[in-house]
Amino acid sequence: MKTENEIKQDVVILFAGDSGDGIQLTGTQFTNTAAMYGNDISTFPNFPAEIRAPQGTLPGVSGFQLHFGSVEIFTPGDIADVLVVMNAAALKANIKQLKPGGTIIANTDGFDPKNLKLAKYPEGVNPLKDGSLEQFRLIEVDVTKLTRNALSGSGLGTKETDRSKNMFVLGLVCWMYNRSLDPTIEFLKEQFRKRPELSETNEKVLRAGYAYGDTTETPMTRYEVKAAQLEPGNYRGIMGNQATAMGLIAAAKKSGLTLFYGTYPITPASDILHELSKHKNFGVKTFQAEDEIAAVTASIGASFGGNLGVTASSGPGIALKGEAIGLAVMLELPLVICNIQRGGPSTGLPTKTEQADLLQVMYGRNGECPVPVVAAKSPGDCFETVFEAARIAVEHMTPVFFLSDGYIANGAEPWKYPVAADLPAINVRFAKNELKEGEKFLPYKRDERLVRAWAIPGTKGLEHRVGGIEKEAETGNVSYDPDNHELMVKTRAAKVANIADSISLQALDNGPQKGKLLVLGWGSTYGAIKTAVREVIAEGGDVAHAHLRYINPFPKNLGELLNSYEKVLIPEMNNGQLIRLIRDQYLVDAKPFNKIKGIPFTSGELKTKIYELLK
Amino acid sequence: MSTTDTTKLTAKDFTSDQEVRWCPGCGDYSILKQVQTVMPELGIPRENIVFISGIGCSSRFPYYMETYGMHSIHGRATAVASGLKATRPELSVWIVTGDGDALSIGGNHLIHLLRRNFDVNVLLFNNQIYGLTKGQYSPTSPEGQVTKSTPAGSLDHPFNPLALVLGASGTFIARSMDRDPVHLREILKRADRHKGTSLVEIYQNCNVFNDGVFEVFTEKTSKKAETLFLEHGKPLVFGEKGEKGIRLDGFTPRVVELADTSLNDLWIHDERDLGKATLLVRFFDDPAKVDHLPRPFGIFYEEDRACYEDLMEAQITEAITQKGESDLDALLRGKNTWTIA
Repeated sequence: MKTENEIKQDVVILFAGDSGDGIQLTGTQFTNTAAMYGNDISTFPNFPAEIRAPQGTLPGVSGFQLHFGSVEIFTPGDIADVLVVMNAAALKANIKQLKPGGTIIANTDGFDPKNLKLAKYPEGVNPLKDGSLEQFRLIEVDVTKLTRNALSGSGLGTKETDRSKNMFVLGLVCWMYNRSLDPTIEFLKEQFRKRPELSETNEKVLRAGYAYGDTTETPMTRYEVKAAQLEPGNYRGIMGNQATAMGLIAAAKKSGLTLFYGTYPITPASDILHELSKHKNFGVKTFQAEDEIAAVTASIGASFGGNLGVTASSGPGIALKGEAIGLAVMLELPLVICNIQRGGPSTGLPTKTEQADLLQVMYGRNGECPVPVVAAKSPGDCFETVFEAARIAVEHMTPVFFLSDGYIANGAEPWKYPVAADLPAINVRFAKNELKEGEKFLPYKRDERLVRAWAIPGTKGLEHRVGGIEKEAETGNVSYDPDNHELMVKTRAAKVANIADSISLQALDNGPQKGKLLVLGWGSTYGAIKTAVREVIAEGGDVAHAHLRYINPFPKNLGELLNSYEKVLIPEMNNGQLIRLIRDQYLVDAKPFNKIKGIPFTSGELKTKIYELLK
Repeated sequence: MSTTDTTKLTAKDFTSDQEVRWCPGCGDYSILKQVQTVMPELGIPRENIVFISGIGCSSRFPYYMETYGMHSIHGRATAVASGLKATRPELSVWIVTGDGDALSIGGNHLIHLLRRNFDVNVLLFNNQIYGLTKGQYSPTSPEGQVTKSTPAGSLDHPFNPLALVLGASGTFIARSMDRDPVHLREILKRADRHKGTSLVEIYQNCNVFNDGVFEVFTEKTSKKAETLFLEHGKPLVFGEKGEKGIRLDGFTPRVVELADTSLNDLWIHDERDLGKATLLVRFFDDPAKVDHLPRPFGIFYEEDRACYEDLMEAQITEAITQKGESDLDALLRGKNTWTIA
């Protein structure tokens, strides 16, 4: 069959199927393939909340959205060009995400009466046959049958054979976008090292999918998406939680401390534990505690002993850790607390994304209890940001919050990975016994930055006691003195405020130094804001973009920056949280733009809002 | 010849400059004294000893010890100690907790500490009351106890702490009391020697809110008749003049008169016998009950089992053997990379 070849700048593919269909694997593999080819990429997996919801049903649909291009890519895309569906439920759940004129690749076997019924289509209605999809380009492929054909005589049972269906789809999509099968074949060999027969059968199906593109009578367009002009350097693909784990390991290495990671499984933070537990040869100690409270308090114990104590969770777990974080504030020990946010409140939307824990990490503790806060803006940025969190924690003797969210945690992008030698040093200064005869050790004596000494057990002569009761300045002894309490509250606040001296000034991401509108963002809204602002600037709009990594304390120049624009817009995936901090601290009449749907902003809706404010 | 400084230390060296602030007459004073007395005998450098507590009267303890110490938050001393011991296995870690701290708010962490068997020592001060909050019933208060929060009597069935500890796979289980300094010191030394989680329940009198609850076991007039002091390899003998013993009738312990029974027929205490320990921790009768069993003190059970921190270290050593020393650049690079020129 003769096919046309079309050149595209960027493409969004949405893979969807049953959670057991191997959709995440298909998406990840195509991502790696495109990345290695040199495309810029952004991905977003969309899991169902249930591990294995009933097969074929709407709650069981798992999705993986991939945006790749020959231009710079900052988001997984607002709307898909291609929708790959393994069954009727996957089509029904995702058809709204496909742009008019987009392509649907449908596995016809997933549209039998049983699947149609499970997807709750009315009796006798098959969307593939009733013309309802005529505004799209529909490609029907009986993936199940073709997979079985490819493996006839392989000796595999039907169940095992059908498990390779995703490889057929991957092969076909690789054909469609002129991508090599080699990275996937390499992956299969590695994956099934102990069962080479499975590597062979999967490869066979993968090749069959590719060959199908070549030979089918169905007219299909092949696309060409050229390599992107990324900044020169060495790249790899990375997911947010993976980057967080690596950032923590790097921080431990650069500080010379042992990393102790105390945690309790919770979506979407658990992958950090999975990743860290693979790297025991770095001396990493992972501790799956009995609950969230034990996770944080064990980490505090490790920090007391002179290690890099880290704990992680999502909103519900952070709530449970609150009292212990207060203890860490009183003890003035280093501690990194990762909050991989998800939709709330309570159990909320565990597999969906939201930025609604900012005020929780700022204020969610009893008493006057300041904790520094940093936030990552993209999967790769988790590395540097969590590294910074560890640096601040160790150098300023304080717990530090690192914020990420489900969107960043599971999203992937190409990452220009650093060289270990280029990473900044983290200075650990354990107290030494330099006491003169008769002199008493003062555990809460401070340096010019108001930071106390880290005197760890095993250091002779520095034996001392710490605790959650208010301390007397310098001696650290229990004190109920009114003046001392006020002094200590103010001192702890000033210590955190002083961190502003050791962080970089807020830079603009894009746009003029002053003008009509500044879009101020934080966290995972980065890609969408970046894309929107870029487009508006290209269209002649007077708009700039700044994205905060440091939220407590804010960079010293933030007030000046905010006052350089007539208007400030703060888009957030919550009901308005950063905006409260900004209004409170700078008395700036910033405008909110909120989305609380458990899904990220599209750059399109941001553009509309920006134009509204530019009017 | 060099000598170590530790041999010269005395109880005074383990006494901090902080004024002790328990109520006059509190059983905690005696326990503090015994701990400070025993410490120099352990041969551990002072800087390698850490006391960690939660919240409650007993949890003030670390402030009075001239060692490293942390007065943490309610119920969590066990978890704090787990993280410390996991990363600093060479330290001697002591957890000081009470019946409310360990068995109520901290119950979860206690059972998990025990099953993981970190090599730490838990001193559980049991006074069957909440003292610091001024007199509410605790998880070890007997049913029907009238307290500030239970004017009509407590409805809660109390924990049998040592049965709970054995159920959670504790590897060193002992009981002592504030009023028997010699016994307490002996048990503390044994707890230190045990490799694994050593739990010592210490009956402690709260003379303000629950005075005299253990009197029957501690006062000269009744102590011999009501208590059973366990000694490894020795028959279970008790009574005013040592005239009674315990004999096992199948799985049922029976009180017998030695006049009628040969010593050889008595239950011989074996600290390593899990089956017998299971029966022994159930010697928990109300002393007011007719035909009750005496309350045992001493070491109920000891077992050798691998400690979490050692297993953790072993996995790391194994990973280094398998994968080689850490190479941060290799980690950052990963398996699939590409270069853009």
